[in-house]
Amino acid sequence: MRLTEADVRHVADLARLGLTGDERSRLVDELSSILGHIAALEALDTAAIPPTAQVGELSNVMRDDSVQPSLPREAVLANAPCQMEGFFAVQAILGGTERDASG
Amino acid sequence: MSTDAVVTNWSIATARRALDARTISARELTDAHLARIAAYDGQLHCYLNIMGETAIVQAAEADRLIGAGSASPLTGIPVTLKDVLCTVDAPTTAASRILAGYRSPYDATVVARLRAQRAVFLGKSNTDEFAMGSSTENSAFGPTHNPWALDRVPGGSSGGPAAAVAAGLATVGLGSDTGGSIRQPAGFCGVVGLKPTYGRVSRYGLIAFASSLDQIGPFARTVEDAAIVLAAIAGHDPADATSSPLPVPDYQAGLREDLTGIRIGIAAEYAVDGMEPGVQNSVDRAVDRLRALGAELVPVSLPHTKYALPTYYITAPAEASANLARFDGVKYGLNVASATLRETYERTRGEGFGAEVKRRIMLGTYALSSGYYDAYYVKAQKVRTLIKQDFDDAFTKVDAIVAPTSPTVAFPLGARTADPYQMYLADVFTIPANMAGIPGIAVPCGFSDGLPVSLQILGRSFDEATILRIAHAYERSEPWSQVHPSLPA
Repeated sequence: MRLTEADVRHVADLARLGLTGDERSRLVDELSSILGHIAALEALDTAAIPPTAQVGELSNVMRDDSVQPSLPREAVLANAPCQMEGFFAVQAILGGTERDASG
Repeated sequence: MSTDAVVTNWSIATARRALDARTISARELTDAHLARIAAYDGQLHCYLNIMGETAIVQAAEADRLIGAGSASPLTGIPVTLKDVLCTVDAPTTAASRILAGYRSPYDATVVARLRAQRAVFLGKSNTDEFAMGSSTENSAFGPTHNPWALDRVPGGSSGGPAAAVAAGLATVGLGSDTGGSIRQPAGFCGVVGLKPTYGRVSRYGLIAFASSLDQIGPFARTVEDAAIVLAAIAGHDPADATSSPLPVPDYQAGLREDLTGIRIGIAAEYAVDGMEPGVQNSVDRAVDRLRALGAELVPVSLPHTKYALPTYYITAPAEASANLARFDGVKYGLNVASATLRETYERTRGEGFGAEVKRRIMLGTYALSSGYYDAYYVKAQKVRTLIKQDFDDAFTKVDAIVAPTSPTVAFPLGARTADPYQMYLADVFTIPANMAGIPGIAVPCGFSDGLPVSLQILGRSFDEATILRIAHAYERSEPWSQVHPSLPA
């Protein structure tokens, strides 16, 4: 599986990951090489095999719906690069210059 | 005992006796470790953050508890914490620029449990960025050096805590293991490393890499110490819904010196091209020793072993790409402010993450993307079923499986950084246990060209007791862990 520079741009776009031109061209080679190794899995016929998402022995864990103390707001906001009136401050998402609001 | 003169070589058991007998104080034990860190960490770089002030306060509290006769097993014991475990009183960085200086508002559950026992936190130790790597060379803050040979890697991702425990810069440590990140560096540094069963230890407060694979576990210089630390951190936690409610056995009481009645599986699939003869020889001798101790050796087959590595490099990056979406410059961490929110995300993440983290986010996003999801992500989940089935079948015949921890000894710094897949191959023997969720322990089994070799023992889910028993019996008969690296002054 050989990726193209356009594939790398598309995936970086999905991941909201800024890459330099050098990084993009390196990733074309590196990801293509890694996917080449991963292609070994194609040798296995898995048509009849169910998928495994997790190997824990628990499922549908329930707890009482009771109110517990939570962290103080100041402690949670202490690391925020930008906060306002007790909230995380976020740049506008809709309108203006956002180039792909549908994401 | 010659080792007793050097307190930084002590096991928990030895330290416990001395502390409780008041022949040494927790403060003196702490000071000895902080002095050794000051003397040697410049060349080793095990620590990203030394918690000297915290340690001295904790040692004073430990001394009060010991004086009152109410010490717990870890009271006053010097511990190093891999810097992916959240601590309220020191930064938690995951060795990433994107979290430089981040201060967690809460402790990880494992940290809180050790803190409640008045263990002493010496500091936060180095790791590959977000625990992604096999050599600690992906740390944004520089690599750790192997105490057995300073030009060699300590392994990874938990190279910092492994090297610290090997070099006497902590008595024990906590790391995390997603594909071998406790066992492989423990092997490269000649210490004991244990990855518990998935669900045995709470992951609350562990910075997530791959949530279906991650598990926290101990580094120690003896198997008994690993058992003591596991007992302290294991058990159900309401804050981690995947943590198991199964009772925690008395691991220490289950340790024995013989292996009569134990059936140990040997799998032909754990021999690969590129296996070093010195590693194979040491492992073969260790297997002979297990037989001499009374174990019955049984051939088993794990036919899908060779598919574990490619499966892992879909599943782990896919989960990582989702977990690392939270690093967006809004709630915490680096923020590179730009004209639009979209550009802020892209520049923050582009400047904050290092090369390997970017590779894995890209690989995982690709495997999950429309048109490739079935071919990669679902395919990997199906192969994971087969890998787990291999172990389930084998464990109907045997109580444990032994294999090398790694195909090689510690490699030179820089030797594998040019080709990502060569680096990934360092974990070829440790990844299957994470895919299946089973426990594994790495125990020193000799040296090859002066560098440690490690035996890996894999067990049934939630049967840490059996692999600890086997490792302990082996260690008692071949005490490699009492050989310590000599560091240049």
